[in-house]
Amino acid sequence: MEYVLIIISAIFVNNIVLSQFLGICPFLGVSKKVGTAVGMSAAVTFVMALATCVTYLLQYYVLVPLGIEFLQTVSFILVIAGLVQMVEIILKKISPSLYQALGIFLPLITTNCAVLGVALMVVQKQFGFGGEAAHFFNLGQSVVFATASAIGFGLAITLFSGIREQLELSDVPKPFRGVPIALITAGIMAMAFMGFSGIV
Amino acid sequence: MSKLKIIANGIIKDNPTFALVLGMCPTLGTTTSAINGFGMGVATMFVLIMSNIVISAVARFIPNKVRIPSYIVIISTFVTIVQLLMQAYLPSLYETLGLFIPLIVVNCIVLGRAEAFANKNTVGDSACDGLGIGLGFTLSLTVIGLVREILGSGSAFGLKFISGDGVLAFVLAPGAFIVLGYLMVLFNKFVAKKE
Amino acid sequence: MAKESTFKNMVIVLGLICLICSALLAVVYSVTEDPIADALIAKTNDAISQVLPEYDNMPGEESSLVEVNGQKYVVYTARKGESITGYAVESKAAGFGGELKLMVGFDAATGDIYNVYVISHSETPGLGAKISDNSPGNFKEQFKGFNPAEKVLKVHQEGGDVDAITASTITSKAFTSAVSSAYDVYRQLKGDSADGVTSATQTNIGGGNDE
Repeated sequence: MEYVLIIISAIFVNNIVLSQFLGICPFLGVSKKVGTAVGMSAAVTFVMALATCVTYLLQYYVLVPLGIEFLQTVSFILVIAGLVQMVEIILKKISPSLYQALGIFLPLITTNCAVLGVALMVVQKQFGFGGEAAHFFNLGQSVVFATASAIGFGLAITLFSGIREQLELSDVPKPFRGVPIALITAGIMAMAFMGFSGIV
Repeated sequence: MSKLKIIANGIIKDNPTFALVLGMCPTLGTTTSAINGFGMGVATMFVLIMSNIVISAVARFIPNKVRIPSYIVIISTFVTIVQLLMQAYLPSLYETLGLFIPLIVVNCIVLGRAEAFANKNTVGDSACDGLGIGLGFTLSLTVIGLVREILGSGSAFGLKFISGDGVLAFVLAPGAFIVLGYLMVLFNKFVAKKE
Repeated sequence: MAKESTFKNMVIVLGLICLICSALLAVVYSVTEDPIADALIAKTNDAISQVLPEYDNMPGEESSLVEVNGQKYVVYTARKGESITGYAVESKAAGFGGELKLMVGFDAATGDIYNVYVISHSETPGLGAKISDNSPGNFKEQFKGFNPAEKVLKVHQEGGDVDAITASTITSKAFTSAVSSAYDVYRQLKGDSADGVTSATQTNIGGGNDE
């Protein structure tokens, strides 16, 4: 039951883009076409789940025992950068077709703050769902949370790209063109997502 | 290019928020009030100046292929320094800004300036660039924070001028997007045209 | 410009950078370690001083661990002369945005809540974050002098006597439940282990009192 609550909360209630403001750069940058948006979210989901798993283990089996938690930010970002590179190389060898589809998005993910954000969130924040006391996530919950957050990112960016494709065809006043109208659209979407607040 | 010109460029022509549209996450996430926006801006400015200085100094010695990881390590070191200093001397601001302090690492502005400016310019120019861009960022964040605070909480820099609440939506997530969008429209209309 | 990207060069440069950076961080960490700890203690003492009635000892140094319903709570005891004047209980609950941590002070004699202090929270600014609001007529105010023995520590929607913050029922409920578990701790301390409050173990973690 708790997993269901984590998933619903991460996708809808605390949507990573529309209510936590993480991953805004790709959200604005690669949302012009639905196709690229879907590709990006698939790549993010994969990397985010993997990265959170690895950084979780790093935190509790290396940094905490050695008492060097102050290296958290440095080591996490290095792990993520390395991981992205590795995924890129492996994907190229094992599945060229998948690489073709996701490859161009992978380098962009290192600087996607959603990945680092989620990795830090699961080790820094305590969560509580369904009325139980707040606690730190265990490994399984962390990975589920990361995957669900990434799906939330995917949902937001895919819906958003659909709207932006329509916007391309409409006559927008000149100063509004490009990013400003996209931001205002995102604001209205965020308002719609606020309707989910309180269901978990 | 004179040093002053570099600084001025960062504030207006290359304004990171309104002209370059970089570093959107902290711009939206931390601007619930003018003070918070200002604090975040200053923290980012410190990291920008320091990383620009160090990177411009050592860029010559770094092999091209490990450029990005090296920059990231340098940047994250300064971010951690800011994090530790804030925790020690400004604990309440640290709590408000929370997760967004470590996330300065992945703020595209910092890495972007390292790539676009610091690694091909002198230490002095890079420091000025960091200062200019940092000031531009701080200014933008403070303005966004101020607008959201005035509309959303009916106060400015923590001083309340109406009793009760403002339009709550402006303090919440949707307001962040909408305020930034409209400010960008104004910037496009009035400031960008003059350049 | 840049050095040649031979394997040896890359390993040396990256290794060197990592080494220098972690050394630098270790230095900064050791310098800031004490101020960070001091800031935390100062915050706890500030919280304690706001939620306790008159005292002449140092409650911050007189802390004990109390276990109620399987949860451990830190309790600070206030004394004036020989008599105990109040207890400050550190309590937490899961709010809307994450953990919600409170310091709840009780008058030792009457069981009235003296005051509540929000240590940390991650609630939505403008909504749930109003729990830490200090302006007149704020949410916390209604807990001052609230006696959980006479009134019900639950929000109105659940049949209690607490006015929830508009549009922030989850946060208000979490706040109230944290206060309510703090009250369980208080009752435990007074030796009144009625409904549900079982198995108490009290260990002293504070240094140097002659109790």
